[in-house]
Amino acid sequence: MAATAPAAASARAAPAASPLLKARGVEVEIGGSTILDGVALEVRAGEIVGLVGPNGAGKSTLLRAVTGLVPLRDGRIRVGGDALDDLSRGELARRVAVVQQLPEAPATLRVRQLALLGRHPHLRLLARESSRDLAIAEDALRRAGCLELAGRELGTLSGGERRRAFIARALAQQASLLLLDEPTANLDAGAQHEVLELVADLARNGTGVLLVVHDLTLAIAYCDRLVLLDRGCVAASGAPGDVITPELVGHLYGAAVTVVPHPVTGAPLVLPSRLGG
Amino acid sequence: MRREPAGARAVEGALDPIAGATPVARTVEALRGLGPASAALALLAAVALLALTQGAAAIPPQTVLRVLLDALPLVEVDANAPATWERIVVDIRLPRVIAAGVVGSALAYSGASYQGVFRNPLAGPFLLGVASGAALGAAIAIISPLRVDAYGFGWVPVFAFAGALLTVVLVYLLATGSGRLDNVTLILAGVALSAVFGAATAFILLTGGEEARPIFSFLFGGFNTASWQRVAWAAPYLAVGAVFVAVYARTLNVLQLDEEQAAQLGVDVTRTKLIVLAAASLMAATAVAIAGVIGFVGLLVPHAVRLVFGTDHRRLLPLCALFGASFLIAVDTFARTVLAPQELPVGVMTALIGGPFFLWLLRTRRVEVS
Repeated sequence: MAATAPAAASARAAPAASPLLKARGVEVEIGGSTILDGVALEVRAGEIVGLVGPNGAGKSTLLRAVTGLVPLRDGRIRVGGDALDDLSRGELARRVAVVQQLPEAPATLRVRQLALLGRHPHLRLLARESSRDLAIAEDALRRAGCLELAGRELGTLSGGERRRAFIARALAQQASLLLLDEPTANLDAGAQHEVLELVADLARNGTGVLLVVHDLTLAIAYCDRLVLLDRGCVAASGAPGDVITPELVGHLYGAAVTVVPHPVTGAPLVLPSRLGG
Repeated sequence: MRREPAGARAVEGALDPIAGATPVARTVEALRGLGPASAALALLAAVALLALTQGAAAIPPQTVLRVLLDALPLVEVDANAPATWERIVVDIRLPRVIAAGVVGSALAYSGASYQGVFRNPLAGPFLLGVASGAALGAAIAIISPLRVDAYGFGWVPVFAFAGALLTVVLVYLLATGSGRLDNVTLILAGVALSAVFGAATAFILLTGGEEARPIFSFLFGGFNTASWQRVAWAAPYLAVGAVFVAVYARTLNVLQLDEEQAAQLGVDVTRTKLIVLAAASLMAATAVAIAGVIGFVGLLVPHAVRLVFGTDHRRLLPLCALFGASFLIAVDTFARTVLAPQELPVGVMTALIGGPFFLWLLRTRRVEVS
């Protein structure tokens, strides 16, 4: 079904009515220990949902569960209205694109080739990339801001450039849902905002984004809603200002960080306590 | 199976300065437009022709060509050569050159396939122990009471394939013991199994008496027993293996990202690995059944091709087949002429070239592999 139809088109056809991603009561167990315990989550077209929480809270596992890489002990995950079990790997890849935290790739692979790999789920086994596929990959490169890097080998890129190259690959997939695991990790402040502005731009154009992010201030600045995970459970979810409260942050992250209101907008800022908050 | 770089050609066509170009420039442009596959084919033809001229009797290339033409059905050419030369070229040298070419193709192609699946530039039929496993299987077939013979081939390729497949499964299980495929353990397990299987084969050879004698040729690969029949017998196995890998060529490109990414791009990782490993093992086992254990071809050739022509498996695989053939024909020709009339086993020659190359690769690639 819908062998080569761009997934983004079907997302636009089916508007925000049904969520792109809907998870209910998700439980995951790895090696006998419970990693996720009854997680519920929704991502709609055009919104950025931030997944925050301390290390080991289960954020990355939740992303892997959404792409069917870890089996659920219990619960349901629906992507684009269909249960995960009913979707083939290829169909799932046409609906969900993922940028992992530290994705591996051969150092000699060129950025353009990487972006073209994003067309894989849209191609039949023996098909070659058509001129349309090339054009879509080129457009993905342009939108990710790495058109001028297209001929470079991955091994020669800086951290920020590499991240954008992988985002271009995800864009070439034309999925309506984008999962990003720590896209700002190891990036300097300028590159962090560059990447997140790109994500915000995608959301404005209708992509649903689930964003794992450690920096709470960035999460508040860019996300429409936040889901705060703690030891496999949802500790809080809702508007950023409701989730990032001094009480919750102090409880989860300890006394070393504190929440203060932005002097102009009043939005919460998360700062080290030693700055005198 | 062979695909032309259509995009590259179109680009070159667009850049072609058509009008006013000198004949030389036009010829150069035309040659470049033919692409790497044609260059590889031309090299193969040249190497094969040269190999046919070399030997105890030095036969000039134009005579070789005439003899070959004359040997074709429905073609009559006055070869203008002694009858013994015709016999030497057609019945002795040609089968050997073709056997070397076919085996070189199979080893390089299967090597590139293993490297693609394991994402490890060091993987190959020899270092994974697959070749030794196949040789052990062949040895068991030779001393077994099974006596179904076809041109001295019979059960040998079947047992060789079983040995190869068993080895690749064993190596894979050993390397994924910790839940994740470990590239260093993969090679170490392969080398260890290779030693064990080699010893077992030697044991069978030494205790098996007269009927075990043919096993000797499996331990030190070579083409002195090559024949038309053997190559013809093996060709279907190789074709089937090559086609199965070729179908997954683009999927192998995706697999060069890590397995999780490949799965998230819609690849059925387990199925792809199973099919490609089985097909590559079929090819490697068939190569062993023809010519015994010949090391390092499956490592050297794909690495060189990748360096020059890039990592796209749709281009890499067919080019490995062509360059692998040229390489092994050249090495075999050297092996049978350098100490003439004595002949060196070709496996000894490839090890002499490939061993140092492997060590160099190990040093330069250490960071990437571990």
